[in-house]
Amino acid sequence: MSATDLQVDERAVRRTSSPVMGMVLFVAGEAMFFAAFFAGYFQFRSQAKVWPPASVGTPEISIPAVLTAILVTSSIVLQLGLRAVARGRVATFERLLLLTILLGVCFLALQAYDYSQLTFGIKGGIYPSLFYVMTGLHMAHVVGGVVLLSVVGAQTLTGQISQRHHEPVEAAAIYWHFVDIVWLGLFTVYYVAVPR
Amino acid sequence: MAITEARPVARPEPFGRRLLSWLTTTDHKRIGILYIINSLAFFVIAGIFALLMRTELARPGQQLLSPRAYDQVFTEHGTLMIFLFIFPMLAAFGNYLVPLQIGALDMAFPRINALSFWLLPVGGLTVLSGFLVKGGAGASGWTAFAPLSVQGGAGMDLWILGIVIVGVSSILGAINFIVTILRMRAPGMTMFRMPIFCWGVLTTSLLVALAAPVLTAAMVMLFADRHLGTVFFDASRGGSPLLYQNTFWFFGHPEVYILILTAWAIVSEILPVFSGKPLFGYRGVVLAFLMIATLSFTVWAHHMFVTGAVELPFFSATTEMISIPTGVLFFNWLATLWKGKLRFEPPMMFALGFIGLFLVGGIDGVWQAAPAMDFALHDTYWVVAHIHYVLFGGTVFGIMAGLFFWFPKITGRYLSRKLGIWQFWVQFVGFNLTFFPMHILGLRGMPRRVADYAANRGWTGLNTLETVGAYIIAISMVLFFVNVFVSLRKPREAPDDAWGTSNSLEWATSSPPPPHNFDRLPEVHSLRPVRDLRLAAQGLAGEEGSS
Ligand code: HEM
Ligand SMILES: [Cu+2]
Repeated sequence: MSATDLQVDERAVRRTSSPVMGMVLFVAGEAMFFAAFFAGYFQFRSQAKVWPPASVGTPEISIPAVLTAILVTSSIVLQLGLRAVARGRVATFERLLLLTILLGVCFLALQAYDYSQLTFGIKGGIYPSLFYVMTGLHMAHVVGGVVLLSVVGAQTLTGQISQRHHEPVEAAAIYWHFVDIVWLGLFTVYYVAVPR
Repeated sequence: MAITEARPVARPEPFGRRLLSWLTTTDHKRIGILYIINSLAFFVIAGIFALLMRTELARPGQQLLSPRAYDQVFTEHGTLMIFLFIFPMLAAFGNYLVPLQIGALDMAFPRINALSFWLLPVGGLTVLSGFLVKGGAGASGWTAFAPLSVQGGAGMDLWILGIVIVGVSSILGAINFIVTILRMRAPGMTMFRMPIFCWGVLTTSLLVALAAPVLTAAMVMLFADRHLGTVFFDASRGGSPLLYQNTFWFFGHPEVYILILTAWAIVSEILPVFSGKPLFGYRGVVLAFLMIATLSFTVWAHHMFVTGAVELPFFSATTEMISIPTGVLFFNWLATLWKGKLRFEPPMMFALGFIGLFLVGGIDGVWQAAPAMDFALHDTYWVVAHIHYVLFGGTVFGIMAGLFFWFPKITGRYLSRKLGIWQFWVQFVGFNLTFFPMHILGLRGMPRRVADYAANRGWTGLNTLETVGAYIIAISMVLFFVNVFVSLRKPREAPDDAWGTSNSLEWATSSPPPPHNFDRLPEVHSLRPVRDLRLAAQGLAGEEGSS
């Protein structure tokens, strides 16, 4: 009779569950979620004679460019933080994580300001529908990311994050980079790839 | 093969404590049982809706349901059957069995698992609560096509909300399954030594993780159109109802494979046990699963042929291509049976019934996939026949097979064989009486989703017959519930390997298994570890190949 004698709890630790893999799958689903909106965007854009429509005009790019800089920087900072914690420099990680969160909050504040400057409302037709819903959903994801990073921050402060145990940081970083990439997509289709 | 030691029976705890322990459980087996109970409850509700519809349709003229009520009832019937019975029922098997079959302690994320479960009754009741608000429940069908779904009252909002909740539940569940299967297998269990059932769950979960978010996207647009003043689906203001159809069906077609793959896997697990042979072409079955899953993302517009706005040859060709891997499955099932020592226990009967009925549904589909045919068949009762041959004749018979098969593992008791065989035949006859004539009605032009029809169309006789059939199905389900009830009162008698010829690891532990599943983990050297143990116990070790 062949059976490995294993204590119950030993088996439990031998294969720890994997937040990282779970997050990769979750982000893959999120990508499909946004892809549906991008597909809608391209469909309507390809059918339109003038895009963006005359009622909207060419969008102002300066604030969105700053927004892009903020998010990209935040991703780099978080990646440096991840590297720090993986090498055991938890204090450095804490500071970089805080910086990431602050950059996220700056993004949200600046985007709210940008919304307030717009001359068209959500009810103005298909372009405004796409614009507000897509950027709004992205903004909600930034909020989600800030919350997630704050939870990781709380875990760090209570000593649950260490060189050996830093998968939550890795998982949160994957999410944050994803949110960043979605923004790059939005920035491209709404501000860069438009006739100027 | 005492993988699990006998332990003294604990004194039963007080009821309140026991209830609390079930409500807060994170044990995959208990969550699996909760999934089963919840799914069966919604099955009964949705089944009652079906009887209401059939009663109304038995004769021309309005008897029971007004057209408005009928719209709500068929919408809720389809929605509950698909999202709250079939899908969660398959997930129930997954929850109960995957950790056992791969020799794990539990799922990868037990607390997320509990969350996935509890979202289900919440979502389901949200959908149902539409009946209580002004204007009634959502009434745009389970597909909720715009612009109809952009109209409608608060019931429609509850429908959207409920679907989003159920969607989140299924996405979390799918991620959990994938991580569990990829990371928590017992030593020696390579991917290709994994029971075929786990492959079914894995493939289904990949589809859910990638397709369900697209449904959520459709729901977000729909909600925004209803309440935020956006115009995604409003053709008069620059939007397009086709965007809804494209988005919904991009999810919707993978969804139909989500609803069948696990049932295929259940049948592929059962046929070998009652044929005394290994599954024929295990790797071929795995490959077929993966091919079908991939193809299923390329065929969605076969639901939109009549819109005139899709590339007919392309979507027809991709759809017909799916019949190739599906044919492989049929071939392998039949080859598994070929020259086997067949034992006609209830699980086997339902599995065989599954093969026959699903075949009919699949052939229906092949015809619909030809645009020239579909122009005539679309939105007629033919499509209703197709849906039910694949989903009821297919998946529900598969689910029944699975329930009869694993009941002894889950409860330690067998369901009555006699009642089971009776149920099978009553259900088989009732099913065909109800749904076969729908082909003919469809060909004669009877549209689906109508509450009434004219007496002079010649549709009356078949409709009456179908209603009789529906009540026969209801009787068969009563037989099932009586069987469960009676069997649960019998003493526990099922041994570890309840059918004596099983293959996969769940049969190596006690029936029911202890909370931690296994005391000692068997080493896995082949696709059929429990058979290896059985042969070793008979002193035949070493003579066995490793297939
Ligand atoms: C060889 C396999 C199959 C083919 C070629 C096929 C083809 C099709 C086509 C072309 C339609 C659209 C008919 C119309 O609306 O005019 C359809 C509808 C449908 N199919 Fe299949 N199908 C197949 C298998 C399945 C399976 C396995 C399931 C589920 C388990 C399924 C579930 C459905 C459902 C639910 C609908 C109706 C959706 C609605 O409410 O409009 N089909 N099928
Ligand atoms: Cu389809």
